[in-house]
Amino acid sequence: MYSEFRILYSQHLLSQSNSSLFMTHHNRTLSPCSACASNHGCTDTERRQLLGSAAAVGLLSSFPFLASNAQEDSKNSMLLVDANAESDFKPLRPSDLALGKPLLVFPFDVKAGAPKNETRANKLVVIRLPEDQMEATTRGRSAGGVLAYSALCTHQACDVKTWIAKEKVLVCFCHASKFDLLDGAKVVDGPASRPLPGFSLKLEGEFLAITPSSPANQSS
Amino acid sequence: MSHLTKKLFISVMGACAILAYADTKLGPYEPVTDARLINPEAKNWLMYRGNYEGWGYSPLEKINAGNVKKLDLAWSFSTGVTEGHQSPPIVNNGYMYVTTPNGQVIALNAITGEELWRYKKEIPADLLMLHNTNRGVALYGDKVYVATVDSHLIALDAKTGKVVWDSTVGDVKALSYITLAPLAAKGKILVGSSGGETGVRGFVAAFDAASGKEAWRTFMTAAPGEPGGDTWPGDTHKNGGASVWITGTYDPSTNIAYWGTGNPAPWPTEGRPGDNLYSTSVVALDLDTGKIKGHHQYHQNDAWDWDEVSAPVLIDTEINGRKVKGAVHAGRNGYLWMLDRQASGKIDYVNGIPYVYNDVFKSIDKKTGRPTYDKSKTPGMGKAVTFCPSLWGGKDWPPEAWSPKTKLFYIPANNNLCSELPAADPVTYKKGDLYIGYPIEGVLGSLRYQDDKKPDSIGELQAWDLNTGKMAWSHKYDRAIWAPLLTTGGNLLFTGGTNDRIFRAFNATNGEVLWQYSMPSGVTAVPSSFEVNGEQYIAVQAGWGIDAERMQSGINALNNTKTAVPQGGTVMVFKLEK
Repeated sequence: MYSEFRILYSQHLLSQSNSSLFMTHHNRTLSPCSACASNHGCTDTERRQLLGSAAAVGLLSSFPFLASNAQEDSKNSMLLVDANAESDFKPLRPSDLALGKPLLVFPFDVKAGAPKNETRANKLVVIRLPEDQMEATTRGRSAGGVLAYSALCTHQACDVKTWIAKEKVLVCFCHASKFDLLDGAKVVDGPASRPLPGFSLKLEGEFLAITPSSPANQSS
Repeated sequence: MSHLTKKLFISVMGACAILAYADTKLGPYEPVTDARLINPEAKNWLMYRGNYEGWGYSPLEKINAGNVKKLDLAWSFSTGVTEGHQSPPIVNNGYMYVTTPNGQVIALNAITGEELWRYKKEIPADLLMLHNTNRGVALYGDKVYVATVDSHLIALDAKTGKVVWDSTVGDVKALSYITLAPLAAKGKILVGSSGGETGVRGFVAAFDAASGKEAWRTFMTAAPGEPGGDTWPGDTHKNGGASVWITGTYDPSTNIAYWGTGNPAPWPTEGRPGDNLYSTSVVALDLDTGKIKGHHQYHQNDAWDWDEVSAPVLIDTEINGRKVKGAVHAGRNGYLWMLDRQASGKIDYVNGIPYVYNDVFKSIDKKTGRPTYDKSKTPGMGKAVTFCPSLWGGKDWPPEAWSPKTKLFYIPANNNLCSELPAADPVTYKKGDLYIGYPIEGVLGSLRYQDDKKPDSIGELQAWDLNTGKMAWSHKYDRAIWAPLLTTGGNLLFTGGTNDRIFRAFNATNGEVLWQYSMPSGVTAVPSSFEVNGEQYIAVQAGWGIDAERMQSGINALNNTKTAVPQGGTVMVFKLEK
């Protein structure tokens, strides 16, 4: 089945590889470095890899949270940071999320040292919910009891970030579509006709990270 | 049949076919001049409400109270779009223009429904659309103007639909957006901005009709040093709302356009003590310069999300036995306001009468019309408050109508509905985000019945005698209405607005239901009437969505029901069956 996620973002097809998992500005380039300047034979790709590694080394020293056993994995991962953070980016741990309190986040590109926030389309909503209440497939994509979905309503792209505990649904402010996050974000009410695209999470050390196979519900 | 008879028969049939074809063929496009806009022909519907005064009145009378029972579908046309369709079919000598959500314009042959061209605005993929509706085009010269949800104003060639120019009006990243039909006059195209819930500073802006160049822009929140600038503390005016999302009315004799403004932002008042001019007001603007010539604030320091965006209907009539150049407005705050407009632009208060239940206003100053408030009914920090009417008010955006024949003013009201807002949240402005100040689940679940009892009626179609200040008649519905009005010289009043998808015709004098038609979707669009080749038509779009759907969701929660109105836009055009 063709990915609903891809339909939703048909104008911005996402690569599923590492840092290009989410949309980027095409004009975002790195400045030349001495390593490549002395190597007249290196290709653009090689230059980028070199630059990426150099940048990552520099960034690793700037982000103490990466000085862990998971350092090698983390530098290629998409961690998650509060969408409202403008600096002092702190990757999220499950324990940072109060039960039933959704948070809007952006993926954090460790290599670039920046959130992937060029477009609202990259915005996710994460929420910690009781694992025993999750449908099995949904539980399978959670980590530490945390679920991640696209935060853009599939109806008119408004942020969906309001949890109604009584109904156990995430509701969109704009037009009141309701999504059952415990069961794949199925639409339970309102004008939306498609579920929110879901993402598989894993723990890298103590931090939440998006798995490379996300979005998770693309073939459901 | 003899050979000769056969030949004659074929010739006659052929001639009939040619005549029939000729009857459906449109002539050259007649440019829309200022003179035509000031005195629009009865056969055409050249702007949002049919005339500059905002009457919603067609003088046509071939379809009338005596024969409306014979009204039947002439043609229909699916727009291919869901969501709330709100624009009137605007017609110039058989050329019809409708808009749909997402800024689409469709040109149709008004006789046959044949599509002439279609313009689709490319909307940014990640645009947050709080209200993706569109309320119609403006016609001027040989162009059609549409303002879009991503805050562009676009001029299209009326014959081909080709883009002539495309001007950016507001900052879409700040969620400035446009839903209204532009106002065209004296070589200018005027628009206003939505964004009262996203901290946009409301404005009216004028663009040159020929080039798209901005001529002037007037903000609807007063800055320090300007008149009214002391009604906002600090920099609060910069994100203070007062959005403008319904087309203004215009008095060519004084060259003044009248615009209604929305709620101040954010909703809780604690951070913005003062009157917050010119929110929840009518503002008189000089059409040439944009200079503010006068204003009247319907209620100060709004705390209830009572946008007063409907521009006043301009009616020269008698009120309390006195001749006035009236500016009449059924407020979202539940009061029917009668104002007197001076040639200078000054606006004087004449009368204010509650037309639905309001438990917030304690009194109205007899000279100025300024209300005083029951503080226990004013929501804000630290307390949950119930108040009436609801957030959507006695009347939201659906326009009123005035008939110079019946001399009645018609209001599509909702009564017996209230809101309960929880204690406000502290809120700071963040570009591109909502700027409301209440927990969203509290806003979504705010609707209440008056006295917590399901009322016998909610929607009320009311007819008012402005001179006596008395209601002449009302038609009560057992459900809510979102019902833009059309009244005609045939003593008729047309409207839909209900979740049962019915479009109705009423006797404009006494409110009797004379005709009804089951539509493909709920009707929340503005109806219009026009005539081509001597045949009168009634036209309206079906297409439920936006706030009508939101209110239905609130009513479902109160009634424990799951009423869902089918969606899908259709242009529906009616004429008398032969």
